[in-house]
Amino acid sequence: MSAPASPAAGENTLGYAPGYTPGRTLPLRVEIVRQFRRRRTMAMFALLLALPWVLVVAFQFGPGSNGGNSLRLSDLATAGGLNFAAFALSVSASFLLVVAVALFCGDTVASEANWSSLRYLLAAPIPRDRLLRQKLIVALGYSAAAVTVLPLMALLAGTLAFGWNDIRVPGTGEIIAASDVLPKFALVIGYALVSQLVVAAMAFLLSVSTDSPLGAVGGAVGLVIVSSILQAVEALGSFREFLPTFWNTAWLDALSPQPDYSGMIKGVSVSVTYSVILIAFAFRRFRRKDVVS
Amino acid sequence: MTFPGGRRALTAVVALVLVVVGGLAWALWPSGHPVRGQDTAITVVDGPADDQHVTLDATFFPPASGGKAPAVLLAHGFGGSKQSVRDLAVRLSQRGYAVLTWSARGFGRSTGEIALNSPDYEVKDVRQLVDWLAKRPEVRLDRAGDPRVGIAGGSYGGAIALMTAAYDSRIDAIAPEITWNDLADALFPDAGGNGPMNGVFKKMWAGIFFSSGGSDLAPDGGLDAASLAGLSGPSGAAKALTPQQVQCGRFLPAICEMYQTVASTGRATPEAISLLRRSSPSSVPDGIRIPTLLIQGQRDSLFPLGQADANARQIAATGAPVEIAWINGGHDGGDSEPDWVFDRTAGWFDRWLKNSPGTTADANGAGTGTGTGSDAFTVSRDGGRDPGTRQTVLVHAAAGGYPGLSGTDKTTVTLSGPEQQVANPPGGSPASISSVPGFGGLLRSSGGLGVSIDVPGQAAAFESAPLAAPAHVTGSPTVQVKVYGTGEATLFAKLYDSSGGPVAVLPSSLVAPFRVTATEAGTPVTVTLPAIDRTFDAGHRMRVVISTTDLGFSTPAAPAVYRIGLASPELTVPADPALITPSTGPAWWTWALPLAAIVAAAAIVLTRRARPARSAGDRPDLADVPLVITGLGKRYSNGEKAVDDLSFRVDKGQVLGLLGPNGAGKTTTMRMLMGLILPDEGEIRIFGHPVVPGAPVLSRLGSFVEGPGFLPHLSGRANLELYWQATGRPAEDSHLEEALEIAGLGAALERAVRTYSQGMRQRLAIAQAMLGLPDLLVLDEPTNGLDPPQIAEMRKVLKAYAQRGRTVIVSSHLLGEVEQTCSHVVVMHRGRLVSEGPVDGLLGSSTPNGSGHRLEDVFLDLIGESR
Repeated sequence: MSAPASPAAGENTLGYAPGYTPGRTLPLRVEIVRQFRRRRTMAMFALLLALPWVLVVAFQFGPGSNGGNSLRLSDLATAGGLNFAAFALSVSASFLLVVAVALFCGDTVASEANWSSLRYLLAAPIPRDRLLRQKLIVALGYSAAAVTVLPLMALLAGTLAFGWNDIRVPGTGEIIAASDVLPKFALVIGYALVSQLVVAAMAFLLSVSTDSPLGAVGGAVGLVIVSSILQAVEALGSFREFLPTFWNTAWLDALSPQPDYSGMIKGVSVSVTYSVILIAFAFRRFRRKDVVS
Repeated sequence: MTFPGGRRALTAVVALVLVVVGGLAWALWPSGHPVRGQDTAITVVDGPADDQHVTLDATFFPPASGGKAPAVLLAHGFGGSKQSVRDLAVRLSQRGYAVLTWSARGFGRSTGEIALNSPDYEVKDVRQLVDWLAKRPEVRLDRAGDPRVGIAGGSYGGAIALMTAAYDSRIDAIAPEITWNDLADALFPDAGGNGPMNGVFKKMWAGIFFSSGGSDLAPDGGLDAASLAGLSGPSGAAKALTPQQVQCGRFLPAICEMYQTVASTGRATPEAISLLRRSSPSSVPDGIRIPTLLIQGQRDSLFPLGQADANARQIAATGAPVEIAWINGGHDGGDSEPDWVFDRTAGWFDRWLKNSPGTTADANGAGTGTGTGSDAFTVSRDGGRDPGTRQTVLVHAAAGGYPGLSGTDKTTVTLSGPEQQVANPPGGSPASISSVPGFGGLLRSSGGLGVSIDVPGQAAAFESAPLAAPAHVTGSPTVQVKVYGTGEATLFAKLYDSSGGPVAVLPSSLVAPFRVTATEAGTPVTVTLPAIDRTFDAGHRMRVVISTTDLGFSTPAAPAVYRIGLASPELTVPADPALITPSTGPAWWTWALPLAAIVAAAAIVLTRRARPARSAGDRPDLADVPLVITGLGKRYSNGEKAVDDLSFRVDKGQVLGLLGPNGAGKTTTMRMLMGLILPDEGEIRIFGHPVVPGAPVLSRLGSFVEGPGFLPHLSGRANLELYWQATGRPAEDSHLEEALEIAGLGAALERAVRTYSQGMRQRLAIAQAMLGLPDLLVLDEPTNGLDPPQIAEMRKVLKAYAQRGRTVIVSSHLLGEVEQTCSHVVVMHRGRLVSEGPVDGLLGSSTPNGSGHRLEDVFLDLIGESR
């Protein structure tokens, strides 16, 4: 060990260290790298990428084609890549993607608190609003990647396994040309993203409020479970329309022969409403919170 | 899960729970006044000679509002009783009507025999019920003996409403539902237009109709699959029945006899037709002169829309106001829309019974006929699925006037198809299936599409080209066909909606039967197809199918073969463009909610700024003083003071030791120094700048407090590199290599931090604190976990660090360490400053008990504990 070299002329009237600019702290690239090499990130993406192939293999074991008479979404999954991707999205959106989004958004601040690294970031100093903003952007980015990568991989897997066919609509068995559906499919993925925004925002708020990453992730998943349970209570009537999970399957409407977007519009409205308020609370809490972890 | 300091989060959760519970309570709270019906037996006298005494089992519901109110007679359907309409009666009573329900003669506990709403029997009964109402104190009277009264009811009950209105001028308004205009025509329809004598016997419906009335044990509930199931069981008939009773049940013998005749032959007789017509509104063409709301079902193969059409034309001809609604359901199932029907019916009575006192049966000459309201004609249409509940929703298209079944607009669609041979199977079996009376709901798939089966060889099909544009059909299309062959042919015409998919849809599962005498030259016949309301999508085809059999109808048993061809390729399709579905834009909240949320979010964020308002400005005079703490205080959440009125100052070049026992407030002070926790009082200035969370001056502070904090999955080098990048400062300012040299981790630097020992993490954390060579270095217990040579090294490093004009603050338990390293000392105890000054001064000045000049002794003296 040797003594450090001579000090740089560090003083200036603003009190900033040379080269320090609050607006340049915690660049997105740095946060992405910080999060990317984590095992849970890798494992989640591995799972999301493998799931379509697992499903493809699972369908090979079935009792073969049942004559194509059944018009349920699950029975139409083998009708082509697009059908398969729609099926994969429908089976994963209700839980797997919720967990993925809750993980990326719930873990982001809480795990830093858990590792004690949060206090060093704040003392760097990264302004608190900026820290939250950068972390939120990166967490949402990972969530978006998770929600996107699954249907895209399913599209690839389904196309390789079952061919590139026009989509068959569940219920009526009508056929819609693949070229017509592809843009709608982008819309579906976009909607799936927006509908997961509530989960993301709830997880983020909990992440700011607790030092336990598991608590934040579990809390957000718990919210979804409670909402789903309330959704089943018919007595609530139209109140259910305002439950955060109520419109999660509305994207199915976009794939019907006569697309009806009213459910998706309502879903976006509800989702954005909850998310904006939850995220606002997250910022409010974090601004003057005593960081004791 | 814990919420550190999370009272606010808890409040939010509690608020959410309250909202949910409140909503539930609001949704489930019982509403309205309890309504109690008064059961009563009303004795009436009827029969052609007014000599038959019948006791009607009735229930009177006084108006919930009290006082005198208009009355409503609520009639039940065939096979039902007064219990079937009890719920409706309660609702009407709550709406401010005196309601009388009764079991018609031959039903429920009422005595007498079923006479099919005959003017000699049931109509006389109801007229006496009106007399009874006129004597009730709760009922408003137009004049003595003439109550203000309306009649509503479905099917059999709808017919009695019409019939009573025709025979009793005291009735003020009626709202009959899914009922007949001409019972003969309903049971012996002929789509060729030659009347019931030429009609095809609707055998299954007729059978159900007569058998459900034929049992005195028919359960309440009217004609549906459940009541049929009830009939088949050994329905507790304890008393022995005569053969006559077994055969005719509670029917009037004359009606029973008529039914047995026509059911055996499958053909109408003049006697049967005259008997059925006598029970039909069509027999009293000028009789009904009061406001009438006709509600008819689109899915009704028993009393199709044509029956309501005939009623509407007949009543409108007298000048009385008529409105008509085609609801989704009917005798074949579907959605009978009870709530909508109730609202419409109650609204009708509100309009004609409650208000306008001048409107009575006598004053209806001023009526304006059909088309009085903006929704004189309402059609329930498929509104797609509700995107939330995934259930089919109905929308109500409305028009100002009722155009009849031929529509306001006519278009023609060209059909094509060769002449085709069709066979009538011997015995009429197997038969095509369109709907199964009484089980209509069973054939419907979940999508609400009618499933229809045509037997190959028994059906001729003629199809249009794919439609270029969507075609809206409202009313009865007509088609002209020719039937070649010999003898009398019984045929069934249907109009399919063919999408090209595997299953063509038969709208409302309706067929149009017709009977024609076939000739070798071909007998032309214009067939009026069933009245429907449907949109045929673009690309779909209209397909007319003529078959020889249908399960619901009586067909000849003799085998025969006919040829069917088109007399004209034109299918005439009626439409009513005036029917407009109220546009339902996106609900107001779809845009209002997010906007409100954004406003709320702005308020939530902006009302709590990061910087406390009391934050003082910079103090340029202190720009050279690394640290000034003035009056600092911080309370724990329980109110106990962790730091109390702490003030001290650290000058450049000092190595300051912060001493104190556990709980003295050292770490809390350091956290406040880093902007991690906010002081309750006092202030901290670093180089003259006040410390707040995220204050830029913290960039001149390097810190290591309460243990290291690293990302365990990254290597030591990556951790330091990413940390420096996170500060956003230029890489060349980091002095990374110097810091790494201090850490002395060697090859371990490339391993993940999770594999490090405690001491290695400690050294890496000190190196991180020194990154960028900060002007003020704050180290909490830096020598924990280091071995003696490393401690000696660290001592040198810190001293050298301060000698270059930088400042170091070290807290430690190891007093000897502080004594050797530090130039100045601050001693804290229980949150308060006990002593401060140069180490030498402290050691020199305080030797009260003459013990050695050791910091340890001084320290223990200062905090008030001696060995």
